[in-house]
Amino acid sequence: MASIGEVEEKRRLGLIVNPIAGMGGRVGLKGTDSMEIVREAVRLGGVPESPGRAITALRQLFTAAGDGIELLAAPGRMGEDEAIESGFRPIAIGVAGGGDSTGETSASDTRRAAEAMVAAGVDLILFAGGDGTARDIYSAVGDAVPVVGIPAGVKMHSAVYATNPRAAANLVEKFLANPDLPLRELEVMDIDEDAFRQGSVSASLYGYMRVPYERHLIQGAKSGSEPSDESAAMAVAREMARRVTPGHLYVLGPGTTLRGIGRELGVEKTLLGVDLYKDGEIIARDVTAAQVARAVGDNEGHTSIVVTPIGGQGHIFGRGNQQISPSVIREAGKDAIVVVATTNKLAALRGRPLLVDTGDPEVDDMLSGYIRVVTGINMESVYRVSA
Amino acid sequence: MTGKTRNYHAARWDEPIISDMGSPGQRGILVDEADPVIQASGNGLAAIPQNMRRSSAPALPELSQVQVLRHYMRLSQMTLGFDLTPDASSGTCTMKYSPKVNELVARLPEITELHPLQADETMQGIMQVVYDFGKMMCAISGMDQYSLQPASGAQGIYTNACIIRAYHESRGEADQRTEIITTAFSHPADAATPSVAGFKVITLMPGPNGYPGMESLKAVLSDRTAGLMVTNPEDTGLFNPELPDMVAAVQKAGGLCAYDQANANGLFGIVRAGDTGFDLCQFNLHKTFSAPHSSQGQGTSAVGVKSHLARFLPKPTVDLKDGKYFWDHDRPDSIGKVRGFNGNVQTILKAYAWVMALGADGLRAVAETAVINNNYLATQIVKIKGVDLPWDPTVRRLEQVRYSWAKLHEDTGVTTSDLTRKMADYGLQTYMESHVPRLVDEPMTLEPTESLSLEELDEYVGVLQAISDEAYSDPETLKGAPYNAATDQLPHDQFDDPDKWAMTWRAFKRKRS
Repeated sequence: MASIGEVEEKRRLGLIVNPIAGMGGRVGLKGTDSMEIVREAVRLGGVPESPGRAITALRQLFTAAGDGIELLAAPGRMGEDEAIESGFRPIAIGVAGGGDSTGETSASDTRRAAEAMVAAGVDLILFAGGDGTARDIYSAVGDAVPVVGIPAGVKMHSAVYATNPRAAANLVEKFLANPDLPLRELEVMDIDEDAFRQGSVSASLYGYMRVPYERHLIQGAKSGSEPSDESAAMAVAREMARRVTPGHLYVLGPGTTLRGIGRELGVEKTLLGVDLYKDGEIIARDVTAAQVARAVGDNEGHTSIVVTPIGGQGHIFGRGNQQISPSVIREAGKDAIVVVATTNKLAALRGRPLLVDTGDPEVDDMLSGYIRVVTGINMESVYRVSA
Repeated sequence: MTGKTRNYHAARWDEPIISDMGSPGQRGILVDEADPVIQASGNGLAAIPQNMRRSSAPALPELSQVQVLRHYMRLSQMTLGFDLTPDASSGTCTMKYSPKVNELVARLPEITELHPLQADETMQGIMQVVYDFGKMMCAISGMDQYSLQPASGAQGIYTNACIIRAYHESRGEADQRTEIITTAFSHPADAATPSVAGFKVITLMPGPNGYPGMESLKAVLSDRTAGLMVTNPEDTGLFNPELPDMVAAVQKAGGLCAYDQANANGLFGIVRAGDTGFDLCQFNLHKTFSAPHSSQGQGTSAVGVKSHLARFLPKPTVDLKDGKYFWDHDRPDSIGKVRGFNGNVQTILKAYAWVMALGADGLRAVAETAVINNNYLATQIVKIKGVDLPWDPTVRRLEQVRYSWAKLHEDTGVTTSDLTRKMADYGLQTYMESHVPRLVDEPMTLEPTESLSLEELDEYVGVLQAISDEAYSDPETLKGAPYNAATDQLPHDQFDDPDKWAMTWRAFKRKRS
């Protein structure tokens, strides 16, 4: 606690609002990745969702901790305006209004603002937007700085968002007050909007950003406290490492849970790719669908496909792991599928089923129903899978 | 209707830990020199082997009698308990009034001066109580035989797991039947204790009605199934109507079914585990049967089994032969002892007295009143802004409810942890949020039992109403709660940080420096 005469150092917070995020949703445009679509959205009467949601979070943050925060905001409608409206006196950082005369903002503005904030040494970037916004920030600064997303977009496959604006404000407040708050890596995903408008979904896993989280801590001796995400994930990894048998091929999907299994097995598993593991080593990294198919064909009847839910929606197939094709899943069979996830990850689905969208309705049908999920050492859950 | 809230402030004594108190040489009692007879009989310590004797005196605090008395009086002023405050807060814990007459009975010298190693013929009275209470439990549950040895609910559930294991061992199937099935809203001990007993544990997640059904069970039943260990109603207060079918399906697959009835307050005299087809069960006498919880101290689990499992019960059991009660140690198939000596007989006696006072009709009235109280409370609470009943709100809950403050959280940023701390400012117990994992957003789990009056239920609703109002009007102040309680907010992240937690005084001294 600061004593008299001592000036408490302010925490530095970056703010990026994608002012057009969420605009395409209500007018059926599935997102606003290009300026052409933005103009179309405006013409159809689309209203931006993100400024209002950002202001909800910022007002709460200002009331709770405004004095202790130095706010670095992207200029104009990209954060500065919302910050001022919420009571902050932000320092504008980055290039205003896309740098052209139209006042339109674009993905490059988001990227430039994020880069400038990291250079200025912010403790965390708070942003409001959708998958495109998360992806732009990730592409500029990777996981150099923790982030918290205010959900405001149309496409929400990424997992880096708080459940609502006020929850985002709570998280930022707690993180700024306690820099030791644990961080977890969560998925940044985006779908191809053009393909989406044509009726097909193709979501790619771009990477992971670090997001602070608050465990539901101890309540009393009777109810105990949740294990940390880290220890729960390690328990899942230990269990899988224990189950590995010689001569058997393991197709390991993307994700931090699978990377953790790699660590337990003593191998370096790629975070975003599908790797093939057999007899103590990774025999091929970041493989294509054709390579997976060939390997599974060569190991007929002796294959396990290990996957974890990817992204905020709970997809086990068809988002970020399309390298595992429907024909391979069909050939290997449902019994060869091993789903791994911490209990908290399942709980975060709030009763929604795990999803499959392999691109082949028959395979989706085959996978639908109930599936065992490995959740820890000698622990499994049974969970519903739906197409 | 909404009752009046109290203007309350707790005592705050800023009391140190007793090990930090006192000063060298202070004494509570000055012990006389040993009298000549004892002196002549020699030094009793000499009987203790040299390598077991301490080389230095234990570092006990040195205080006078009155200082010790004041210390614990002050601590008692800073607690909330059922005798001080109507506790509907500790959902799933079944906090009810423990009649003081039962306490008096348990403090009679005939009980307090008993020693478990006395000869059987000198303690026929308490043995009869244990024996008769086992028979009463058979009538209450539809089981055939009981053990009252386990000293806690979790130990009773563990005993169930051990009996399931022993049963499969006796059939040569222990290596094959390795999987225990439970449900996500059963008590966590229904997963934890079979895991300790060596089983793999498979958890059924709730379906759209809030409980799992046959479909998810069928997906995991196999010749590896050892058994099912569940509570019903679950933590949510929802009764799973598919459970009898699920029990039959597990038994058809070759497994045993254990009913964890730690909290039987919704079912007393209405449904019996034995009639539902269960093979074994357990009850917490320190919950449903009104014996006090004793702060994780002196509990008792009554473990009941159908006759085909009786030979596996812990030993010794009390039996009757030729008009004499005796401890039967000759039980070759028993899982063994789960607890030193013969269990907590004082707790058994209190539960015995409670059942005798109520009779069969009284027990049924307990369940009916508990369920009615709970549903009255729920009807009033859902009128409060920001709180909801998860799943179908038209489906009645039995003796407890897991509510959700998700709406209030979205509206105000106030979490359920903020709200529960605020309860203490009104002189009420902070409420139970949820067991883990958290499947309900911003949970609150309440259970009023049969012991609360209409006025007390209304006061409880009034407090929740006032807290909701404050969350909407002044969320930032609310987040700082409690203000009038015995302590401020606790830095609770220390409790599960291995570098900071301390289970012993020695560890505390090391880590605080």
